[in-house]
Formats: sequence, C-alpha cells, structure tokens
Amino acid sequence: MAWFRKDKKPLQAQDRRDVPSNVFDKCAGCGEILYSERLAQNLNVCPSCGHHLRIPAGAYLELLIDDQTFEELDDHLRAADPLGFRDLKSYPERIAAAEAKGKTEAVISGLGEIEDVPVVIAVMDFSFVGGSMGSVVGEKIARAGRAALSQKVPLIIVSASGGARMQEGIYSLMQMAKTSAVLARLHEAGIPYISILTNPTTGGVTASFAMLGDVNVAEPGALVGFAGPRVIEETIKQELPEGFQRSEFLLDHGMVDIVVDRRELKQTVARLLRHMLGKPAATVGVEDTEGDAGTEGVERSAG
Amino acid sequence: MPKTAYLEFERDVVEIQDQIEKLLDLAERKDIDVSAEVRVLREKLDSLRQQTYDNLRPIEQVQVARHPRRPFTLDYVERVFTDWIELHGDRLYRDDGAVVGGWARLAGRSVMVIGHQKGRDMSENLLRNFGMSHPEGYRKALRLMRQAEKFERPVITFIDTMGAYPGIGSEERGIAEAIATNLREMARLRTPLLSVVIGEGGSGGALGLGVTDRILMLEHSIYSVISPEGCAAILWRSAEHREKAAAALRLTAGNLVELGVCDEIVAEPPGGSHSDWDAAATLLGEALERNVRELAGIPVEKLLRRRWAKYESMGAWREV
Ligand SMILES: [Zn+2]
Repeated sequence: MAWFRKDKKPLQAQDRRDVPSNVFDKCAGCGEILYSERLAQNLNVCPSCGHHLRIPAGAYLELLIDDQTFEELDDHLRAADPLGFRDLKSYPERIAAAEAKGKTEAVISGLGEIEDVPVVIAVMDFSFVGGSMGSVVGEKIARAGRAALSQKVPLIIVSASGGARMQEGIYSLMQMAKTSAVLARLHEAGIPYISILTNPTTGGVTASFAMLGDVNVAEPGALVGFAGPRVIEETIKQELPEGFQRSEFLLDHGMVDIVVDRRELKQTVARLLRHMLGKPAATVGVEDTEGDAGTEGVERSAG
Repeated sequence: MPKTAYLEFERDVVEIQDQIEKLLDLAERKDIDVSAEVRVLREKLDSLRQQTYDNLRPIEQVQVARHPRRPFTLDYVERVFTDWIELHGDRLYRDDGAVVGGWARLAGRSVMVIGHQKGRDMSENLLRNFGMSHPEGYRKALRLMRQAEKFERPVITFIDTMGAYPGIGSEERGIAEAIATNLREMARLRTPLLSVVIGEGGSGGALGLGVTDRILMLEHSIYSVISPEGCAAILWRSAEHREKAAAALRLTAGNLVELGVCDEIVAEPPGGSHSDWDAAATLLGEALERNVRELAGIPVEKLLRRRWAKYESMGAWREV
C-alpha cells in the first residue's frame, strides 16, 4: 500500500512544520535514535518499539483518504472573541499566534474517500491551541455531521484534544452538546460514525463526540480520558497506576472497541465501513490483513 | 438556621441578624416590647441585603453559588414537589449518591426529577461525594429519563456540581462515555426536558444533566466550562488569580442570558436562597410549573426540532 503520496495538496506545506525537521529523532518510547525520513515513511511509528509519535491533522488525511479525493469544507470559519477574554494575553492575540504557525483552527474537515467509500472526515490538530474545542471546532464537527447526514455517507472523526477552549467560556462547553446533538440525528438515521482516538484526547472532546462512535478505534499508547492525570492525582493524593488512561487501559475496561496500529488504520476503517454499509469485502485488503495476521503488535482486539 | 457559615461580604448582614435575635431573646426573657427596635433593624437588614446582593462581584457570585447553606436538590424536592418516590441505581454497577432521582408531582402533574446532590456535612458527603458524580450517576439519570420518556412524562433536572468526579474508578468505568451518552440521548429524548442550575454548574459534569429544552438559572447560580480556580491555574499560572478568571469567564446567570444559553433567570429571595429556603422554593416552584406547562403543550416532533436547532446554533465564530 502506498503510504506516502508524492502529489500532495497545499496541506503538505503547512504540515511539514509539525513533523520533526532535523535529520535524526529520538524515539520517546525506546530512546532509539532514528533517521527522520525513515520514521516519516513509517508514518512516524518507531520501527524498533512501535511507539506512535504525534502527527499533524494533514498527515491523518494523507494516510486515511484516497489520493486526490479530499475536498475541504468550512475552511472559512475562524475563532471569534465572544467574551472579550483576556488573561496574560488577549484571546485574539493567542489565536493570531496560533494562526501564524500556518493553521486556521484545531480541526480540518472535508469530503473524501477511504478505499473508494465516500466519507465525511474531520481531523483535530493538537498543535493549534492544544486541540482545544471552541466554537469553530464544534461548528465544523457539527457541519461535518450534517454533511454526512444529508449525503448519507459515514462520518469519521480523528480526535486529539487537551480539552475546552476556556477563552470561549460557556460556548466552549456547549460545543459538547452541539456535536452530540448532531450525532444523535446521525444515530437515528443509521449512518455509520467511526471515532478514532489519538494521543492525547481528554476533556470535553472525550466526553462528547470522541466516545460516541459506533466503533471507537484508538491508536496504541494514546492518552484518552476525561480528567487530566494531574487533576486526578491532586484529587486522590496518590500516584496513578502504570498505563492508566492509555488506549490499552481503555480497551481492558471496555471503553474502546479496538486498538489499531497507525499503519493498519486505513485498512481497518475501510473494512469496518464495508461491514456497516453491507458492501462486499475488498479482496486485496482483507487477504493482506489475514495473511499478515502474525505481524507482531499490528492489531489488538479484545479477546 | 445555623449561622456558622457565612461569606466575608455577608459579615454586616449576619451582624444585624445577630442583633435582632439577641433583642428577641431579651424580650422573651424580660417580657418587654422590642417590636419597634426590631422593625428598624429588619428594615436595615433588608436594605443592606438588597444592596449587597445587587452588587455582587463575579467572584462573590461564585461564593454565593457554592454557599454551604444554600438549598440543595433534595431541599427543593421537599418544598416544591409532592408524592416523591426516590429511585435508585443504574442497573449496571451501583447507586451513586451524588445524583438523586425519582417520581414527584409538580402542582399535581407527575414528573421525573433528577439532580446532583451535595452533602451538608462530612457524613452526608461520604454518601454524596460533594455532589461529584461517578459514571453510574449519569447512567442512573439516563435510565430514569428513559423511564419518563416511556410514560411520556416531563423531566426536570437540578444542576449543582463542581464537576464530575476526577478519580481512578470514574475513569475506569468511563465517565467520559457516560457523559457523552447522556448528551446524545438527551438530545433525542422524546419528552419535555427542563433543567435549572440551582448552585454551581460545573463543566461537563453539569452538562451531563443539562441538555434540555429550556435552561433556567437561579439568580445567584453560576454555569461555567471550568472553575475560576482551575482557569486561573492554567491561564494565569496561579489559582490566586481566580477573581480575574471569575470575571473573564462570564459565568453569572445574567451573563448566560446575554450569551443566549440561559432561557430564564429565577429570582431568589433578598439575601439569596440560603437566607430563606421556603421563599426560594416558592419562587422556583412557580417558574418550574409554568415552564413545564408550556413545554408539555408542544408536540414532541416540534420540541425535538427546536432542541436541535437551539444546540446546533450555540457558539460564536467569524467567517472569512
Ligand atoms: Zn521506539
């Protein structure tokens, strides 16, 4: 499978900024020094230990969506400052600083195809104000949901979020209700929704659309929870157990359906969609997976 | 009512209250007439209360919303409703004391009442967990809401929590999933839903009972995405800046009306609900009864379309 596309859209230019640009990277998982280009070719999964490095939203679009099929939606929405919020800096200053790094908000959404199955997809970006959910994130997710509803195609959301956009106050909180209300309609219409959880997904995003997938898929080792680990430690005055709030912990406790290696993510999503939509199995994709069933750490499902 | 707990800005009010009580006590013991003095003091008390509570700063509003003597859900249940039968448990794990629920009558009409429940002392808080629910509290709430839907009865929720409980068990049993499911299911529940923030509306833990056709707020309640302390700790790097955060977050009932989130402010008695529980309950009961009556008259399809439209329009953004 071609993981890397050469003929890329303008997305790539801006996303390069997030990918480590030096020649070598040290893996946060095993400490190995890795050649950056090789790492990128491996979708930023450490070849030695399987640690999943964080990648930007555009990289998820590249790895999930078929070549030349992505069409961005609602890229004209920008954060407003409904409260006139000012902490050490004003909210517009914080937004301007984030925008200066080349992104417009913490989510990018659009139409596309996954192994020829048309979908609506929204991908969050942790690099924009910590992937926090303000009105634009909520609105873009809601519009993506409504697009899936009107076009009767599946919705895919890749989550990465540090929580609420506090500077938008109650509106930030209400985005949880807004996105969940759209998902209620999607649910009633029988339209598939697959939620993909990446590192980290916490706070209001977890407690709304990220946990509401027909199938919740998590990348290995991702931090996924409601309260942040530090808040919990401060509350209960004790250290948290090893692996707490990681994907595998959520799998053990029944909160995610499956933990999937990034290199198998597209194929897994495509197979799920074909099941849900009553389409025949793709001959190539399925045989590939079954043939590779012995590959270590590629796919873990609850036994 | 015990006067042990009072807030800094209430000091003068409490002093006059003490004077009145001492005077009445004296009058009884010595059998003398103090009615004139008491009347003067009461007038002074009323105007001072009014003045104090009309001019609360945001951080003081937060303190009033969290006032330990404020009526909690069950205090209102006792005073506003009749024929209350509490129902327990989520049918999955356990009964969460931080959320209460059950059938009750509001002016004769059967309704399902659900609310966060704070405790007033340590022993109560062992049971109530300071009104901070685990997943099973939200699941109990949803179970009862579905029961109300089944019998086509309105649901009234009382919101009063710092937030969902941040603990190991809470995460293990899926607090995020429990809240998320409530948000989605409340959005599609085919029966009228009404919520009222009676004290502290804290973050996702509040919203987990709060996706409703109408949102009422008591005059001195607050509703916020994060506590002022939490916000200050993150954005100002110190919880000591909570006063600035409380102002910046715009979390008072008046703010929430301006932002189009709160539909109606329910007046509190002079000096706040904690100064007169019965009067507070009378005012709230009237507002609940009127709103439930109005919602019950709306066909359910129309109710759902309005609910979706309301939530799907929330927020503010620019288009470029
Ligand atoms: Zn490694």
